[in-house]
Amino acid sequence: MPSVAQEYRDGCRTGQLLYQWDEVSQKAVFYPRVIAPATGGALTWRISTGVGTVYSTTFVHRRGEDPRNLSLIDLDEGFRMMSRVEGVGPNDLAIGDRVRVHFADDGTPLFTKDTV
Amino acid sequence: MALAIVGAAEAGLGAVEVGTTPLDIMAEATAAALEESGLSLSDVDGLFATTSQLAMPTLSLGEYLGISPRFADSSQVGGSSFMAHLLHAQAAIAVGLCDVAVIAYGSTQRLVGFAKASILEEDPYEAPYGPIPPASGYALATARHMHEFGTTREQLAEVAVAARKWANLHPQAFKQGPLTIEDVLTSPMVADPLTVRDCCLVTDGGGALVVTSLERARTLRKAPVVLLGAGEGYAHRNISSMEDLVTTPAVQSGRRAFEQARLAPTDVDVLGLYDAFTINPILFLEDLGFCAKGEGGPFVADGCLAPGGNLAVNTNGGGLSYNHPGMYGLQMIVEAVRQLRGEAGARQVANAQVALVHGNGGVLSSQCTAILGTLDAATETFNG
Repeated sequence: MPSVAQEYRDGCRTGQLLYQWDEVSQKAVFYPRVIAPATGGALTWRISTGVGTVYSTTFVHRRGEDPRNLSLIDLDEGFRMMSRVEGVGPNDLAIGDRVRVHFADDGTPLFTKDTV
Repeated sequence: MALAIVGAAEAGLGAVEVGTTPLDIMAEATAAALEESGLSLSDVDGLFATTSQLAMPTLSLGEYLGISPRFADSSQVGGSSFMAHLLHAQAAIAVGLCDVAVIAYGSTQRLVGFAKASILEEDPYEAPYGPIPPASGYALATARHMHEFGTTREQLAEVAVAARKWANLHPQAFKQGPLTIEDVLTSPMVADPLTVRDCCLVTDGGGALVVTSLERARTLRKAPVVLLGAGEGYAHRNISSMEDLVTTPAVQSGRRAFEQARLAPTDVDVLGLYDAFTINPILFLEDLGFCAKGEGGPFVADGCLAPGGNLAVNTNGGGLSYNHPGMYGLQMIVEAVRQLRGEAGARQVANAQVALVHGNGGVLSSQCTAILGTLDAATETFNG
């Protein structure tokens, strides 16, 4: 059986953002685990719609590089993940903005501002 | 059983000479702390140590010092480890696991470089996005605090300016000289909204404490500094797993410490609030009950934390201007001891009886609070 990390990455490579569901607490779980936090229960995989809201955001400044976004995204299914919102500068993104997932060539989930 | 600090010393502050090791720093501080107490290495039967540069720090330090402790604890929860060690030492001595303990820390992170001084520990769900831990985690918490409560960058800068004013009164402060709010705001950005002056220093250094029972402490050289209460609070490791970015486990650690000490925030004369970043003291003032949640920004404005202000916070100059050797909690305890003994020179807080030191580790992950007092304060707590 593949590791939970491998199952998650396999999902990303096929364009699906996976998260886990704890039947006991009725809560979404992220990052992938082998047991549910707090309840210790079993977890099942679900597929996220990939749409969420910016919970907090910063731009990281490294010498000689353009500032790069770093955000915490609250997905609509009730889990939070770190990611990067692309195509925005420090003045173009605010907490509360709606964002949508896409996947880089290596499968890394990234977000863009949702224009819908 | 009440625990007392009977020796406290620092070593290797600022920038150490080439070849210096974390153990050299711990040993030098241990010798100085023992000298204060009148005890010697042969009295030490408990050893507490942690550092990011040694995998088994109590074994390494015990070997270096030539002692064979019967109790050892290298709990590693970042910068708050040493407040936790005080509580663990109290428990260990109370049940007879040891009688006299040394709590030590040493770092040469400035000498060897940040990367070499820390274990590479990447979170696979954060690392792809290029965070600069810990700064980017604190930046995210700061941004959220500003969003929810209207906290301003000027209010954050007040924390750094107050720290510098205290540092200007401390002969061993690494950064001295004038610092204005404008200076903080216009310094190079690290991670929005934090500039380099919102971030702690990177220095070498360390220290040591000698602790024993209050009963034994009464027979030793220095006036004992007594642990009146302490509490630990742990929640997460990485910032993406912190449930509420504007509330830390200091709520729990502070409540536990105040309950044990039978004291309230208004009883505290001098504070150490772990200022790895300017948002930290604001969060901790709220979570420890010195002001309401969300009011930390306005609370620190107008020089409230500076010399002559309403609250004496980080009187050594803090991690922002004094020294920040990777984990800074032990430095804070040493400063509280000096204040309570009346040995703080130009920065002495008049008639300091009760000191609160609040340590923080990781990315607001570990919170440990210790309330220390003079013998008079201890008499009130334990007999009141």
